[in-house]
Amino acid sequence: MTEMTEKARIGAPSAAPVIDGFTEEGENLSPLTDNSHRGPLAGDSAKGHSHGGGVGVPDSSRAGRLTSYRLADFAPLTGREEDWRFTPLKRLRGLHTDALTGAAPTVAVAGPEGTALPAGVRVETVGREDGRIGVAGIPEDRVAAAAWEAFTEATVITIPAELQAASGIIVSITGAGREAAAQHTVIVAEKFSKAVVVLDHRGSATLAQNVEVDIQDGAELTLVTVQEWDDDAVHASAQAAKIGRDAKFKHVAVNLGGDLVRITPTSRFTQPGGDVEMYGLYFADAGQHLEQRLFVDHAVPNCKSRVLYKGALQGKDAHTVWVGDVLIRKEAEGTDTYEVNRNLVLTDGARADSVPNLEIETGLIEGAGHASATGRFDDEQLFYLMARGIPEETARRLVVRGFLHEIIQHVKVPELEARLTDAVERELAAGNN
Amino acid sequence: MSTLEIKDLHVSIETEQGAKEILKGVSLTINTGQIHAIMGPNGSGKSTLASTIAGHPRYIVDSGSITLDGEDVLAMSVDERARAGLFLAMQYPVEVPGVTMTNFLRTAKTALDGEAPSLRTWTKSVKEAMAELRIDADFAQRNVNEGFSGGEKKRVEILQLELFKPRFAIMDETDSGLDVDALKVVSEGHNREFSRGAMGTLLITHYTRILRYIKPDFVHVFVDGKIAEEGGPELADRLEEEGYDRYLTPAKA
Ligand SMILES: Nc1ncnc2c1ncn2[C@@H]1O[C@H](COP(=O)(O)OP(=O)(O)OP(=O)(O)O)[C@@H](O)[C@H]1O
Ligand SMILES: [Mg+2]
Repeated sequence: MTEMTEKARIGAPSAAPVIDGFTEEGENLSPLTDNSHRGPLAGDSAKGHSHGGGVGVPDSSRAGRLTSYRLADFAPLTGREEDWRFTPLKRLRGLHTDALTGAAPTVAVAGPEGTALPAGVRVETVGREDGRIGVAGIPEDRVAAAAWEAFTEATVITIPAELQAASGIIVSITGAGREAAAQHTVIVAEKFSKAVVVLDHRGSATLAQNVEVDIQDGAELTLVTVQEWDDDAVHASAQAAKIGRDAKFKHVAVNLGGDLVRITPTSRFTQPGGDVEMYGLYFADAGQHLEQRLFVDHAVPNCKSRVLYKGALQGKDAHTVWVGDVLIRKEAEGTDTYEVNRNLVLTDGARADSVPNLEIETGLIEGAGHASATGRFDDEQLFYLMARGIPEETARRLVVRGFLHEIIQHVKVPELEARLTDAVERELAAGNN
Repeated sequence: MSTLEIKDLHVSIETEQGAKEILKGVSLTINTGQIHAIMGPNGSGKSTLASTIAGHPRYIVDSGSITLDGEDVLAMSVDERARAGLFLAMQYPVEVPGVTMTNFLRTAKTALDGEAPSLRTWTKSVKEAMAELRIDADFAQRNVNEGFSGGEKKRVEILQLELFKPRFAIMDETDSGLDVDALKVVSEGHNREFSRGAMGTLLITHYTRILRYIKPDFVHVFVDGKIAEEGGPELADRLEEEGYDRYLTPAKA
C-alpha cells in the first residue's frame, strides 16, 4: 500500500481553455510529499478550492451533497448550482419545474432481438409501496426527487441467486409522448448471480428517471444504458448502484440521441472487495446537449474502480459535459481508482467540458488518479490519410471509429456491439450531409 | 511509361501578413524509371513543391500546371491524386491516434486498388516488407505513427511506398534524422521498389549523403522557389564540395 499524504480536492476550475472554445478543468494528481498537510481532508481549507456549494448543497464536498426522497427538500433550480451549471435548464422542458404527470414510457423486457427472457429472470410491475423501492437509490438532485415523487408503478427485474443468465436481458423503454413523465426501475442481482441488462431508450419523451441497482454479495452485473432517442427527446436519468461484498458491477452509458440527455450514474461500495467499471460513449451532433456526471463512492476498504468515458462532438453547438466525482472516504483504505475522460472534437463550434474531481480522505490507498483530454480531429491527420488514397469520409470514420471502439468492446453483448458500431457510423454520416 | 509534368508552377500560402509567394515558376518533368534529386537550402520551397503535388490545402496554386500523363493533377482531390499513383513520403509524418497500422494499411490499399487485397497474401507482404525494413512486428498493432521515433516514422513511410507501389514517389527529406544504418535500410527499400521499373522518384534532400545509396539521374538545385541549376549526378558532387553559398549571394544588378 502506498502511503499518500493529503490531497483534498482536485478539480478546481482552471483558468485558460486548452483549445479555443473548450474548457478543460481539473489537474493531474501529483504525488505529494509535503507531510505538513497530513490528516483528514475535508477540512475548511480544502473546501476553499472546491467549485463551491450551490443552493441546497450544504457542503461543497461530494460527501455532503443533499440527498432526499422529498422534492420539497430541494430548492428550485437557478442554473447556478454546482451540479446544474452546465445544463441548459430552459431545454429541460419542465422536468425541473412541472408535475411529471405525462404517460410513462412503455417497458418491455425480453432477450436479445426479441428472443425470450433468459430462464429464471423475474420481471414484475409493482406499486410505490413495494419494499424494494429505495433499496439502492436516493435522489441527489431536484429532478430525480421529482421523478421519485411522481412515478406510479415501477418495474422490478430480479436475477435470482446463483443464476447465470443465459443471454442479455433487454429492457426496451419507448417514449410515450412529449409530456413530462417519470419512470422507476429496480434491478436486483441476487447473491452470486451473473447477468447483463440493457436499458434501451428510444422514441420521443420528456423523461425523468430513477434506476436502482442492487448488486448483492458476489454477484456480477453489467448494466448498459443506451440512449438512442429521437432528436427531440429530453431525458434525465439517475442510476444508482449499491455494490455488495466482492460484487462486480460494470456500467456502460451510451448517449447518442435526444436533444438533451443528462445521466448521473452512481456506484456506492457498501462492503469490501467490490469492483466497479464505468464506461461511457457519447456522440453529440449539432445542437445536442449530452451530459454525464458520475459518482463513485469509495466508502469501505479494498474496493477498486475504473472509469473510462469517451466522446465525439460534431457540429455547431454540440455540447458534452463529463464530470467524474470520485470520493475516497476515510474508511476506504486500500482503494484503487482511476478515471479517464477523452473527447474528440470533429468540427468547429462544438464544446466539451470535462471535469475530473477526485477527493481523497485517507492516505492509505493503493492508487488514485485521473486523466482528461480534449483533442481535435485535425486537418493534418485528414491530409495524411487522404494522401494514401483514402476518401475523406472513410478517413474521418477511421479515426472516430478507432477512438470510440475501445468503449464498444467493453459492452460484451454481440448484438449490441454491432448496433452501436452502426450507430456511430450513422452519427458520422449524418454530419456529412 | 508515365510522365509527371510540372510547368511554370507558382504557389503561395496565406500568412497573417497576407499571401506569400513561395514557388516562383518551377518546371520539371519526370518519367517512370528516372530518379530526380531536388537539393536546396532550408526554406527554399522543397516541401512546398512536394505538398503541392500531393494537394495539401494550405498551398494555393496561382498559376502553372501539374499533369500526370496529360491528366490535370491540380483538379484532383488529395485522395484522387494518391489513387492516380502519386505518393508523398512526408518530411513530418502525422500521428493518427486510434487507428492501427494494420487497419490503416489495409484501408489505404483497398482504396488505392479499388478492391480489398486478398487477406493472406496481403498479410504476408506486409510482414515481409516490415521485416526487410527492420520494423518490429508489433508496430502492426500500434496506432499510425503514434509515439514512433523520427527514424521509425521514415521507415514506415517507405513501408507504405513498397506496399502501395506508386507510379511516382516524392520523398521529402526521408534521409533527415536517420543514422547510417537506417539510411541504408530505407534506401534499399526505395531501390527494391524502383528496380521493378514502374516508378519514378523525386528525391528531396538537403544533403548528398543519401545519394550514395539512391543514385539520381538528374539533380535540380532549388533556391528561393525556383530551380537555379540543373545537371547530372556530378552536380551533386559539386554541391557536396561547395555547398549552396554561391546560389545564395545573387549578384546585384
Ligand atoms: N505555414 C507557413 N507560414 C508561413 N511561412 C511558411 C509556411 N509554410 C512554409 N512557409 C515558408 O515557405 C518557405 C518554404 O518552405 P518549405 O517548407 O517549402 O521549405 P523547404 O525547402 O522544404 O525547407 P527545409 O529544408 O527546411 O525543409 C519558407 O520560407 C517557409 O518559412
Ligand atoms: Mg522541407
